[in-house]
Amino acid sequence: MRRGMAIAITALALACGVAACGGDDESSGGAVTLNWFIFNEPSGGPQKIAERCSKQSGGKYKINFEYLPSQADAQREQLVRRLGAEDPSLDLLGLDVVWTGEFANAGWLEPVPQDTEQQVSSNVFDSVLETARFEGKLVTVPIWSNTQLLWYRKDRVPTPPKTWDEMIDMAEKIGPDKGRIQVQGNRYEGLVVWVNQLIESAGTSVLAGPKEVRLDEAPTKRALGILGRLSRSDVAAPNITTSIEDSARLGFEAGNSAFQINYPFVYPSAKENAPKIFEQMGAAQFPAVDADKPAKPPIGGINIGVSAYSKHKEVAFEATECLIKPENQLEVATLGGLPPVREDLYDRPVMDNKVYPGFADQIRESIRNAAPRPSQSPAYQDLSLAIQRAVHPTTKIDPQNPDETYDRLLNNVEKAVKREGLL
Amino acid sequence: MSTAAPTQVGEAAVGKSPRKRGGPTQTTDRTKAERKLALMLCAPAVIAMLLVTVYPILYAVVLSVQKVDLRFPEESGFVGVDNYIAVLSSPLWWQDLFNTSLVTVVSVTIELMLGMALALVMHKALFGRGLIRTSVLIPYGIVTVVAAFAWFFAFDPSSGFVNSLPFVPDDKAWFGNRQDAFTVIILTEVWKTTPFMALLLLAGLATIDQGLYEAARVDGASAWQRFWRITLPLLKPALLVALLFRTLDAFRVFDSIFIMTRGSQDTESVSILGYNQLISRLNLGLGSAVSVLIFVLVLLIAFVFVRVLGTAVPSQGDKK
Repeated sequence: MRRGMAIAITALALACGVAACGGDDESSGGAVTLNWFIFNEPSGGPQKIAERCSKQSGGKYKINFEYLPSQADAQREQLVRRLGAEDPSLDLLGLDVVWTGEFANAGWLEPVPQDTEQQVSSNVFDSVLETARFEGKLVTVPIWSNTQLLWYRKDRVPTPPKTWDEMIDMAEKIGPDKGRIQVQGNRYEGLVVWVNQLIESAGTSVLAGPKEVRLDEAPTKRALGILGRLSRSDVAAPNITTSIEDSARLGFEAGNSAFQINYPFVYPSAKENAPKIFEQMGAAQFPAVDADKPAKPPIGGINIGVSAYSKHKEVAFEATECLIKPENQLEVATLGGLPPVREDLYDRPVMDNKVYPGFADQIRESIRNAAPRPSQSPAYQDLSLAIQRAVHPTTKIDPQNPDETYDRLLNNVEKAVKREGLL
Repeated sequence: MSTAAPTQVGEAAVGKSPRKRGGPTQTTDRTKAERKLALMLCAPAVIAMLLVTVYPILYAVVLSVQKVDLRFPEESGFVGVDNYIAVLSSPLWWQDLFNTSLVTVVSVTIELMLGMALALVMHKALFGRGLIRTSVLIPYGIVTVVAAFAWFFAFDPSSGFVNSLPFVPDDKAWFGNRQDAFTVIILTEVWKTTPFMALLLLAGLATIDQGLYEAARVDGASAWQRFWRITLPLLKPALLVALLFRTLDAFRVFDSIFIMTRGSQDTESVSILGYNQLISRLNLGLGSAVSVLIFVLVLLIAFVFVRVLGTAVPSQGDKK
């Protein structure tokens, strides 16, 4: 009797478990259910295009959303735990651009088939495609991109600065009451973005190859010098060592800033929260390190991966092809302000009129010139931690003499590439 | 010292069998049956414990002597104590161990003093006892992550109210330097777990015979003397248990630090260090070595409390 009940309960639990995490049985009218693990993008753009594609497939597949947390670290944590356990319930993955190397090397990503590759990479920015490749092969499919611009106050700055030094000079002339510069300096991925773009803009890079450190001495020190100069200036935000994208946005909306380095989400946000400041908000390119070298803006965004453990890989690629169609990219851009990955789409009038009023070309140029973080390395997380530990807090970097920071950075990155020791 | 033979395991487990004094242990059919029942009743719990604690611990030990990195599946193998050497030779480990000990010692000390005060008040409360005890428990009932967020937002310069209080600079970046960050982290820990300390101490206070206080009062002992000579010595077993539990808990501090600083400003604890190796780097070998070392330290703390300080494990009761 008691045993019978125990069996019944176990059976019930098993049945519930299967029903909850699956639903991928083909019995529901022949349509395959594809589970898309991605964060819940607040505009609802991805949901809309997924529904559209499901309908257009004519009953072949149905995309079901499994939401990941909103923080990138937490998203990765959940994906990694499931993929590490070879969970077959994942079909489509919403991947941050910096996870490509490690996910691919771990064997979690199904390489993009040749015929799909043609279609999903036509007209896509080179910088974006670079984030989707691993060892020369396309392993993910870019769906939307992102980049940082220099946002400035037109009433305080007549012409936007071209370089970081120029910007700091201008800000110091305005003074800390109205001239603050908002960046991301907390010890987190955002700091890696800032440091990496300064290093790239100075004319070098963190890595020369997947396992080879570059960090040429003179340009790296030049980049670190700028990091130190801004952080120690009285026009830096008082919370610079803990600042993130959102605190930078809030700082700019509070009114005492003249400059902000941030993603385009700050534009609609200012319209909503600080209409007076919004009227004076201008967009310009990410500043360069030296006037004679081009600036290398950051690149972010989401690439779609197909899980190697998926039972429906072929259908999943078919769905991916649909999701990244030009009209679907435009839909996501219009609803959520997320930059398309196809360069030709920026010529559509809706981009400059509605999505990025007056600055669609700035976004296009920024993505075109962007330099990815060293995420081709499967040990990217090691590199990221190593860079964060070496430069944080940026207020400790001596702008005249960044030798100590340089040595620490070089040493940390070398250890990270070899994946040695604690980080 | 008890004279009862300590061999009767079943007796302690069942707890209701008649206590025999001295003499060889004679097992009658009835005690045999009771013992069997006791074992059967315990078995599911023991098996569940083995599955959910012993297995992962052993697995962590196995991982810690191997090179395992989820991102590099082809490079794995036995490496002996290499991971432990890597951890113990890293200045990061020692720095984080110091940070963890700092948080543990400071927060447990403050909690002990506050908890004692609260316990005395609750013990003496004449009316509204239930209400007072319940309301004191509220912070302990809040999920640590939620509590950490609440304190983080309170002290955050852009959203918090703390900077608008008098005597606090308006643009103070609480998480921008080590000392202030530690202050907030420790305050959060103290706020969250003082009730736990207070409740354990309150339970200890309740066991003290009130007659002793009356006798002391008759003899003219002052309130301070009564506390120092009666309350404290008789409270020692409960006090040590409370300290043991809280020390073990505090040593594994993760949530508050993770939410507030993520370990920056040199506030990283050993648990965060383990998290970075395991979850960020997916370096299961190195991360497991960190975890095993934390486990060994926790065992060591427990050992010191039980063997050196003489903490009575709760189930034994005290004979003093």
